[in-house]
Amino acid sequence: MLNLFINSVFIENMVFAYFFGMCSYIAVSKSVKTALGLGAAVTFVQVMTVPLNYLLNEYVLKDGALVEGVDLSFLSFILFIAVIAAFVQLVEMIVEKFSPSLYNQLGIFLPLIAVNCAIMGGSLFMQQMIGTEINNVGDSIVYGLGSGIGWWLAIVMMAAIREKIEYSHVPAAMKGPGIAFIITGLMGMAFMIFSGIQL
Amino acid sequence: MKLSKNFTNPLAANNPVIVQILGICSALAVTVKLEPALVMGLSVTFVTAFSNLVMSLMRNGVPSRIRIIVQLVVIATLVIVVDQFLRAYMYDVSKQLSVYVGLIITNCIVMGRVEAFALGNKPWDSFVDGVANGLGYAFILVLVAFLRELFGSGTLFGFDVLARFGYVNNSLMLFPPMALIIIGCIIWVHRSINKDLQEK
Repeated sequence: MLNLFINSVFIENMVFAYFFGMCSYIAVSKSVKTALGLGAAVTFVQVMTVPLNYLLNEYVLKDGALVEGVDLSFLSFILFIAVIAAFVQLVEMIVEKFSPSLYNQLGIFLPLIAVNCAIMGGSLFMQQMIGTEINNVGDSIVYGLGSGIGWWLAIVMMAAIREKIEYSHVPAAMKGPGIAFIITGLMGMAFMIFSGIQL
Repeated sequence: MKLSKNFTNPLAANNPVIVQILGICSALAVTVKLEPALVMGLSVTFVTAFSNLVMSLMRNGVPSRIRIIVQLVVIATLVIVVDQFLRAYMYDVSKQLSVYVGLIITNCIVMGRVEAFALGNKPWDSFVDGVANGLGYAFILVLVAFLRELFGSGTLFGFDVLARFGYVNNSLMLFPPMALIIIGCIIWVHRSINKDLQEK
């Protein structure tokens, strides 16, 4: 389990190894504070939806799970995205009701999480890893947590670097997304150091 | 006139990937080889075009409070069609694309075009807009894949090109970080030409 956790945070980092959640990663990494907020929200949604989708896959979609001899796995895309969208909507309503100040801080990011590729990608990778690395609900929670934290780490590091780069002389055509991509590429190379670590 | 402008604009001047920075998630992972990149580009074109068409036909009947869910259902259904088609007729490519076919659902281009264009325009215009944005995405994918496959494995569509000239493969091109750096450089070139896109 520890191996799975370390693996999903560092080695198979959502951003550097699979490019998941790049859209919001590039758009929201302009200040550390908002990056922290979005990262926390993504991690929370990831921890909840990956186990939910795991249960859905085990008891409804898997070959012969619901009705003997019926394989519903072709429906997994639509059911996974429905779970994610419904869950994000639920989180939004709960936060709005009980903590309006937090809701105002996260406001615009919360609905965006539903279309963050990292969430959907986490669930789809979880489905592929069943039988090898993920064998029970506990494993899926660990995987959700690890991949969420990996994304969080990446976006906060990126925001910290971009805050500094405001003061450097970047070529005019590279300002904004151009330099952000190059930095992410270099950070990805740094993260390649972790590959091959086994615990 | 307007229609042809709608068609050519997303291909270069207003490209969804390098100008609006949408759909990067899946754009980079499938670009190690040309073939999966091309298939992925065409799949996204299909999904964008038809989701735009369907949502544009339904635009007056869907209350705006629940439109996100309706869009997701439409897009997910189209993606399932694409996925089953690839599994049936192009099994090898669908294995290489793995989860990235499913991730077309959360591709920001599809959702973004429906939100920004299809909900306020007529069906035929929306369809053309969808095709054009999908092709703009496919163009960048193929460009990145061309560079990565040529310099990473010395081949194009699996045929030897550089190996016969004694080229030593640069396997760094096959690693994920290089895709990001190539996109960064494409943005650099593009913004040097289109100066109005530069920030500040």
